[in-house]
Amino acid sequence: MGELRLMKGNEAIAEAAIRAGCDAYFGYPITPQSEIIEYLAAEETHKRTGMVLLQAESEIAAINMVYGAASTGKKVMTSSSSPGISLKQEGISYIAGAELPCLIVNVVRGGPGLGTIQPSQADYFQATKGGGHGDYRLIVLAPASVQEMSDFVKLAFDLAFKYRNPAMILSDGMIGQMMEKVELFDPVPRNTEFDQSWVITGKTADRERNIITSLHLESASMEKHNQELQKKYIQMQEQEVRIEKIQCEDAEFLFVAYGSSARICQKAVDLARAEGIKTGLLRPQTLFPFPTKEIEKMAGQVKGILTVELSMGQMVEDVRLAVNGKIKVEFYGRAGGMIPTPEEVLKAMKQKIIGG
Amino acid sequence: MEIKDIIKEENLVYSKTKLLTDTTLTYCPGCGHGVAHRLLMEVIEEMNIREDTIGISPVGCSVFAYDFMDIDMAQAAHGRAPAVATGIKRCWPDKFVFTYQGDGDLAAIGTAETIHACNRGENFTIIFINNGIYGMTGGQMAPTTLPGMKSSTTPFGRDVSLMGNPIKITELVAQLPGTYFVSRQAVHKPANVRKAKKAIRTAFEVQQQKKGLSFVEIVSNCNSNWKMTPIQSNQWMEENMFPYYPIGDIKIEGKLIKTN
Repeated sequence: MGELRLMKGNEAIAEAAIRAGCDAYFGYPITPQSEIIEYLAAEETHKRTGMVLLQAESEIAAINMVYGAASTGKKVMTSSSSPGISLKQEGISYIAGAELPCLIVNVVRGGPGLGTIQPSQADYFQATKGGGHGDYRLIVLAPASVQEMSDFVKLAFDLAFKYRNPAMILSDGMIGQMMEKVELFDPVPRNTEFDQSWVITGKTADRERNIITSLHLESASMEKHNQELQKKYIQMQEQEVRIEKIQCEDAEFLFVAYGSSARICQKAVDLARAEGIKTGLLRPQTLFPFPTKEIEKMAGQVKGILTVELSMGQMVEDVRLAVNGKIKVEFYGRAGGMIPTPEEVLKAMKQKIIGG
Repeated sequence: MEIKDIIKEENLVYSKTKLLTDTTLTYCPGCGHGVAHRLLMEVIEEMNIREDTIGISPVGCSVFAYDFMDIDMAQAAHGRAPAVATGIKRCWPDKFVFTYQGDGDLAAIGTAETIHACNRGENFTIIFINNGIYGMTGGQMAPTTLPGMKSSTTPFGRDVSLMGNPIKITELVAQLPGTYFVSRQAVHKPANVRKAKKAIRTAFEVQQQKKGLSFVEIVSNCNSNWKMTPIQSNQWMEENMFPYYPIGDIKIEGKLIKTN
């Protein structure tokens, strides 16, 4: 068994990054995720593992530092919260276009605009549909516990390098700030060898020069690059979908929720079952790739689906696409940092799905 | 005597550096970029550091610098080259890293990245090509466009009461303790070419010594967008650009020697 600790979600991300062999972190403070950079600074990562830590002058600079460091094959990350993630979008688009692996953490707060520092899930569209300009996708992981905040750091780096694609952990202010027991994985040594086929570490005599760019001025070349990227995204959809199903075996009604919302729905499932209503929960752990097939399959079993989000309804669109009109799909959500209770969510299930 | 009799090893007085590819330059005939590229590659070849050198190309006319420079390179988002270079150099402190940026990239959209990289004293080299205009997008006003100078967005000349004064970013970064060597050069005449090359060499030696940021501005022309012949543009540059952007070293070994 790994080391057990009581930690904040944000601290778990930071500790996991060090243990995952992360080479560099570049970031800019923003609530509710500043504990990540603070934890790394307190750990003196340069002494502990040699990990570079730099507080950049802006989120824009930080993501471009990530672009540079990732170009050299290093395991590199940044973290921010919603307004800061918006600032990073240009850089994320370049990173996706240039096919660089990296980890971006978004501890989501309410928006739009400067919004609130309270938890939210309103960045789902931005995270899963691209976010910046152009046709691209991030690998998006949605932790629902402090344990997953830690575990998904390692998973995100593995997937990012497997596909040479940026990976995002889409968390929220609630999981970032809350404390839970976490079992930490054993430290992974930092990479000392690099796949020289694409990295820029200086052109040696035994290979052609490497170029990291997202520029394809010729239309045919740009289209070909887009097609290559799509192949990657399709492969992710086929191979990387991850979900958790809770009490789904005999369920007649289904909640679909991720992250903090899923925790609330899990309790609502228990409350419903105490009343004799057979509900279950399908929790996507990957938001891209989205568990379309898994939800489609459940649509053949249950009578209706309630999607619950801390937003005005974003993931529900993907759930509806998966269900494709077969059964009723409704939405319940709160916004701006307002958190629904399990009772409230169950009431919505009864009104919109069971009674509707 | 025929030409084949002349082409002999002992008669060779000049050859193109191996670090420039044979790709035809996309720059307009008469532009200073080609000479600046050559000097940079010559310095890297002469210092024998290609295996440890990583370059960053900007957005602007030199966006395709990696097509011409036969070294490992990354292309950066507009203005962000100093941040990209920071990311690389922090992870690889023993490598040589340079950015190659124009005036719009470095002194307008990328001002924050430029100033903060200089202020942190990042150990890389910034090569700054200042021709006072946006070349690639077709001759719009740059942050370094001179007062009264015409561009496609200042068709009646830059009115400083409306558009502000041209920014002397090189003097500005020279004030920061993080910069160790700051110089302004030109590449329009053989004597200037030699001095510019010396400045670039010094800049890379500063990296070797890990003394801080080295910054070399090259005041250049843009005959196409200035709407002049190459010769006219070089004369205009001497008469108008040099008084505002004086040529010479500004900071040596961390000490300001000229305040302009």
